[in-house]
Amino acid sequence: MLHTGRWRTWLFVGPALLLIAFFLVYPTIMTIARSFFGRGTTLFGPSVEFVGVKNWTYVFTNKVMLTALRNNALWAALFTACTVGFGLTLAVLLDRVKYEKIAKSIIFIPAAISMVGASVIWKFVYAYRPAHIDQIGILNALVVAFGGQPVGWLIERPWINNVCLIVVGIWMWTGFCMVILSAAYKNIPKQLLEAARIDGANEWRVFRNVILPLLAPTAAVVATTMVVQVLKIFDIVYVMTNGNFSTEVIANRMYKEMFNFFNYGRASAIAVVLLILITPFMIFNIRRFARQEGAR
Amino acid sequence: MMTARRLIARSPLHLTILLFAVIWLIPTLGLLITSFRDPANIAGSGWWTVFPKLFSGGQYSLENYVGVLRGEGLARSFLNSLTISIPATAISTFIASFAAFGFAWMYFGGRKILFMLVVGLMVIPLQMTFIPILPIYSKLKLAGTFPGIWLAHTAYGLPLTTYLVHNFMAGIPKDLFDSASIDGASPFMTFWRIVIPISVPALASVFIFQFLWIWNDLLVALVYLSAKPNVAPVTVTIANLVTNRGQDWELLTAAAFVSMALPLVVFFSLQRYFVRGILAGSVKG
Repeated sequence: MLHTGRWRTWLFVGPALLLIAFFLVYPTIMTIARSFFGRGTTLFGPSVEFVGVKNWTYVFTNKVMLTALRNNALWAALFTACTVGFGLTLAVLLDRVKYEKIAKSIIFIPAAISMVGASVIWKFVYAYRPAHIDQIGILNALVVAFGGQPVGWLIERPWINNVCLIVVGIWMWTGFCMVILSAAYKNIPKQLLEAARIDGANEWRVFRNVILPLLAPTAAVVATTMVVQVLKIFDIVYVMTNGNFSTEVIANRMYKEMFNFFNYGRASAIAVVLLILITPFMIFNIRRFARQEGAR
Repeated sequence: MMTARRLIARSPLHLTILLFAVIWLIPTLGLLITSFRDPANIAGSGWWTVFPKLFSGGQYSLENYVGVLRGEGLARSFLNSLTISIPATAISTFIASFAAFGFAWMYFGGRKILFMLVVGLMVIPLQMTFIPILPIYSKLKLAGTFPGIWLAHTAYGLPLTTYLVHNFMAGIPKDLFDSASIDGASPFMTFWRIVIPISVPALASVFIFQFLWIWNDLLVALVYLSAKPNVAPVTVTIANLVTNRGQDWELLTAAAFVSMALPLVVFFSLQRYFVRGILAGSVKG
């Protein structure tokens, strides 16, 4: 540890702390306060009146907000289960083949591109045209080839379109989960798996009783990260449906209240909802981080 | 005989992987092929119909790219994206490495608590920050400017970047500093001459990570640049294209591919750093 003069220390950590104080700490406090005040696009001032819990009753009773909350729950459940599940499956399967590297790259590529780009890619996959002309979206072309009627994937509410949006997220983030879980899997001593096999366990039993328990802590962290990501989901919904046809999510609603309806009060309350939903997961991650620090 | 039997026994394994690979590749392949076809063909037949005569000439051209880069102002947006992400990434990596060093190796009261706070703030959703900052930004005339968004991106990235660089720097052997301070080097010289050069791999990971995050960002740009075309990055321009020209697939596919080109180059050339960054930063919320 270097003992140096106080001003030197602040020269190192000061700029970061100042920026963080201004861009993260101060706004967080003010947004919580602002959620008890009415519409308008100023923070505070004579034109902004105190409304008590009015924004809060709106957040938990308004029909669109309830749809958004439901959709976020759906995202959190489906997206997290699939990204972590597929990631785990791929981590274990790819370890057994010679073309692991290239296969991993293919799964991982979508993690590098923007959600906007991914949204365009998938909007084209979901493209819909009436039954009497040729389909140009591959999904509907497949449906028609198997004798079905073309489906308006992004319009059929509420399950088909929401699931179609979630698929885009899964496609983007599975590679991320796979990379982390694969690193954890490769850390498992292979003798452990061999020992189980020699004892007569089949591959499924080895996976279920040896691999899975050993990967569970990593999978929990990955799942937490995924939940936090998905609660904040914005880009995919903003670009593909803008929350129409019952696909609204919390972050997109917040954006609309802020920039389309000029209601900073409601927008603040919605932002705080996001914070509240994320906090338990944040505590989980920070406690794990504190344990790591303690172990050092 | 053995190999054939082994191959059959393992075929479910290979088929599962193949299925994943196909599902993961096809959407991007469709986009890529479509972006080179002419509008009449795109609207008339599915992109997969090119396969029987995949390499016969005359059906591909760069028209769509020219159209979108010139006509829709995407060339300008591409430059804007660079102007936003390179300085923002550089500033945040720079500030984060100073802070990380301070938190890892300097003694001061409240060091642990402050560091925990910085890391904990990682999970503040950005939505919590816009409303109080916007009025200040418009008063300071930072709204719709590059310096404004550089600062915002820098600050938003700091919790994660500081955490990542700190993890690396905390692992540097203590002896290095002892010998340096015996030689009479100041903390700043120790930092600049010894710590930074050793940390290059970690800094590279953080830089790439942060660069891609900013390049791919839509929300922060929408909020602080107010979708002004002269400063809009590619993500904002494409989002607007989807709204206004939603059925013009020749434009949308070419535009999307332009936005993906740089991340893909970065990804394929620097995959090692990228993966390392992900492994180190898996705590990110």
